[in-house]
Amino acid sequence: MNTVPLKLENIAKSFGQNLVLKDVSIELNRGEVLGILGENGAGKSTLLKIINGVYEASRGIVEIEGHRFEKVTPELAKAHGVAMIPQEFNLVPTLSVFENVFLGRELRHPITKLLDKRSMRQKTAEVLTELEANLDPDATIETLSVAQKQMVEVAKILIFDARIVIMDEPTTVLTDKEVAVLFRVVESLKAKGVTLLFISHKLKEIKSMCDRLLILRDGEPVYFDAVSALSEHDMAVRMVGRELNQIYPAKNEDIGEVALEINELSDTQNRVKDVSLQVRRGEVLGLAGLIGSGRTEIAECIFGLRKCQFTSFKKDGADIRVKSPKDAFNLNIALLSEDRQGAGLVMNFDLPQNITLVSLKKYLKPLIDHKKALDVAGQYKGEFSIKSDSLTMEVGRLSGGNQQKVYLAKLMDTNPDVLILDEPTRGIDVNAKKEIYHFVNELTQKGIAVLLISSELEEIIGLSHRVIVMREARQVAELSGSDINEEKIMYYAAGVNQDSAEETLSGAIA
Amino acid sequence: MTTQMTSNVNPLMRVIKRIDFATYAPLIALVVLFIASSIASEYFLNARNITNILRQVSYTGIIAIGATFVIIAAGIDLSVGSMVALVGVVTMFAINSIAGDVGGVFFGIAVALVFGAALGAINGVMVTKGRVTAFIVTLATMSIFRSVALYLSDAGEVVGNNNLYPEIGGGYFMGVPFPVWVFFLLAVFAHILLRHTAYGRHVCAVGSNPNVARYSAIPVERVIFLTFVIAGFCVGVSAVLLSSRLNSVAPGDMGAYFELDAIAAVVIGGTSLAGGRGTIVGTVIGALILGIINNMLNLLGVSAYLQGLVKGLVILIAVLLQYKNNK
Repeated sequence: MNTVPLKLENIAKSFGQNLVLKDVSIELNRGEVLGILGENGAGKSTLLKIINGVYEASRGIVEIEGHRFEKVTPELAKAHGVAMIPQEFNLVPTLSVFENVFLGRELRHPITKLLDKRSMRQKTAEVLTELEANLDPDATIETLSVAQKQMVEVAKILIFDARIVIMDEPTTVLTDKEVAVLFRVVESLKAKGVTLLFISHKLKEIKSMCDRLLILRDGEPVYFDAVSALSEHDMAVRMVGRELNQIYPAKNEDIGEVALEINELSDTQNRVKDVSLQVRRGEVLGLAGLIGSGRTEIAECIFGLRKCQFTSFKKDGADIRVKSPKDAFNLNIALLSEDRQGAGLVMNFDLPQNITLVSLKKYLKPLIDHKKALDVAGQYKGEFSIKSDSLTMEVGRLSGGNQQKVYLAKLMDTNPDVLILDEPTRGIDVNAKKEIYHFVNELTQKGIAVLLISSELEEIIGLSHRVIVMREARQVAELSGSDINEEKIMYYAAGVNQDSAEETLSGAIA
Repeated sequence: MTTQMTSNVNPLMRVIKRIDFATYAPLIALVVLFIASSIASEYFLNARNITNILRQVSYTGIIAIGATFVIIAAGIDLSVGSMVALVGVVTMFAINSIAGDVGGVFFGIAVALVFGAALGAINGVMVTKGRVTAFIVTLATMSIFRSVALYLSDAGEVVGNNNLYPEIGGGYFMGVPFPVWVFFLLAVFAHILLRHTAYGRHVCAVGSNPNVARYSAIPVERVIFLTFVIAGFCVGVSAVLLSSRLNSVAPGDMGAYFELDAIAAVVIGGTSLAGGRGTIVGTVIGALILGIINNMLNLLGVSAYLQGLVKGLVILIAVLLQYKNNK
C-alpha cells in the first residue's frame, strides 16, 4: 500500500458570506503526526470536520487512500479508516465500556446471532491493557472520569483499525500522567503506520509530538513544514501574525470609588471558598486561574445563580442581596456568560428581540413598541459594528463574533454599572476580539466596573488593572502593576514551583 | 456591464430568498384547499355549510389557541379533551343549582372559566414545581379529568334546566354564530398577547432556550405555569360554548380527541413542537384547514371512520415539512 493516506487539494469553506478556510493543500505520509495550530476561529475544527465528513467543503478535493472525494460523508470517512477523538465525547452514559466501544458494530454469535458479549468484553479488555488504562470493560460510562472516557474513545479507534486518527485538543482534559500515557499511545499508533492529525493550543506538546506542522491564520495556511524548523516563539508569532500586544488599548487611568465589594464568599458546593474581592468604578479586575478553579462560580454567586454565603456584599457602599438574575439586573449588575449560545442569546430571535429581552420594560407602552426596539437595535448595530444582513434576521445565522456583540448590546441595554465578562472572546475572530477589547476600555472610561474572567492570559494581562488568581476554589494571589505577567499568574494558578510554571507557560502561549 | 447585471438581479434574488415560505405555507395550503373544495363540491360554498364549518372549527380552535402558548413554551397538553368534559359537567351542575335564568348563565360562565383555569393550573404546578414532563403530567390528568367527569355525572348525560343558556351556543350575531365570534375575538386577543406583550415574548424565549431565559431574568417557571392556565381558560370557554349548544353534557363523549385536533391545528399552523416559535394566526389557519378537510370528507361521502386517518396524515405531513425546513 503505497497510496498517500490523506491529501487535501485547495480546500475552501465558507459559511454564508463568511470565508473560514482558504485554499488548504496538504499531503500526509503514513505513520506521521501532523500538528495543527491556530487561534480560535482560525479554521482548525472546520478543516477537521471537512476531513471526517461533518462539513462539506465549498471547494477542493479530499483524497483518502487514493480515493478522491468532492464531498466526504461521515460514512465514507469511517469506511476509509478516518476516526476522530472528539473534544466532547460521543459515549452513551448509561451503557458499559465495552458496549460503547462496540456501539453500532456489535459482534454477534455466529450461530445464535445474539450479541457475543464475551468476545466484545475480551477484546475491549485487551485494548485497554494495551493502553495501560486500568478500566473495567463492564464499568458504566457515567461512573468514569473525563480521562477515562477519553481512553474509551481511543479504545474504540484501536479496535476498529483506524488509519487516519484526528485528535481535537485531546490533552486539555487530562492530567500530566494521563498525557504521558496518551503520548505513548500516539507512538504505538505511529509505529502501526497510522496517520494522526493533532490539534492543540499547547506549543510544547506540538513540538514534542508532531513531525510536521500546519499553522492556520484566519483560515489561511501560513506554514506547512517540519516542526523542528520552528521554535515555539516562532510558532506563536506565525499563528497571530503580529506583535501580540498591539490589540489592547491603553488602560483607563481614572479609577473611582468601590463599586462592588464582597467578603469571604463561599458557595454551598465548595466550588468557591472564602473569596474576597472589590472592583472600583473604571477598573478591570481580572479573575485568572485554570478551568474549574472557581472563576465562573464566583460570577454565578454575584449574579444570583448560585447559592452562597458571605460576610458582606456591597454595591456602592450599600449592603445588597442578589437572589436571582432579576435582582442583579435591578442593581445594574450584568453578566456575560461564557456560554453564548446556551445562556446568552435566543438563537431564533432577531436582533431587536434579543437586545430588548432583559430591558423589555423600557419598550412597553403598554404593548411592545417594536419601532423603538428596532431603532435601538439599529443604534447598537452601528455602535458595535455588528455585521448582519438585516436587523430582523435570526441571530443564529450570525458569526460568533457578531453574536457576541449582540449579546453585549443586550446587556448594555440594561444600563449596567458593574459588568461581569466570562470568557468574552471565546470562539471569535481576532478582529472582533480587538473591537471587544476597545469596547471594554470605553466602558471603564465611562466609570463602569468590569470583572473579567478569561482563560487567555494575554487578555487578562492586556486589560486588567488588578488580577486575582484562583486555584481550587480559593484565591491564591492578587497581582497588580508589573506583577501582572504570565509567569506570576501561571505560578499561582498551577500551584507549582517557578521553573515548571515557566515550562507550562511557554507551552500555553496560545 | 456585468456589474450592472448583478446589481439588478441580486436585490430581486435576495428579496425572493428572504421570503420565508415556511411562514406562508399554511396560508397557501388553506387557499388551495378552499379553491379545491369549491370545485369538488357544489355545496361547499353554500352559506350554511361555511357557517357550519366555522362553528365546528370554533370549539377546537379556541382550545388550539390555548395549546399554542403551551407548545411554544415547549410543553404539551394532552388533557384538554377530558378537561372539556369535566368543566362541562361541573358547569351544568353550577347552572342548574341557580334558580334564575340570567343568574344561572353568569354563574355558569364564571364557574367554567375559573374552573378551567384552575385545572390548567394543576397541570402547570405539576410541570413547574413537580418537575415532571408535561407529556406525562397531562397524560395522567387526561385520565383523571375524564374519570372524575364520569364519576360526578354517574356517566350519564347532564341536562340543563336553564332556558337562556342554549342561546349562547346557538345564538347568532350579525348572521354569524356566536361561538365563531368568540373564537375570532379570542384569537385577536391571543395574537396581541403573544406578539405585542412582554409575556408573549417571554413564552417564546422560554420555549426556545429556558437557560437563556433564566440568565435574562425571566421567571421561567411562572411563564410556563401561565401557559397551562391559559390553556385551561380556553378549555373553559370552549366548554361553555359546547354545553350551551345542546344544553347538555355527555361526559363520555364530550371533548373526545380534542387534544388531537388542537395539537394538529397548532402544528399545521407552523408552530414548532420543539418550542420557541409559532403564531396564533397559524393556529387559526390550521384549525380552518382541519375543519375544511373534515367537511369535504363528509360532503364527498367518505366514510366517517376514515376521517381520523386523513387527520393523522395531515399532521404527519405538516411535521415532516417543518423538519425539512429546519434542516
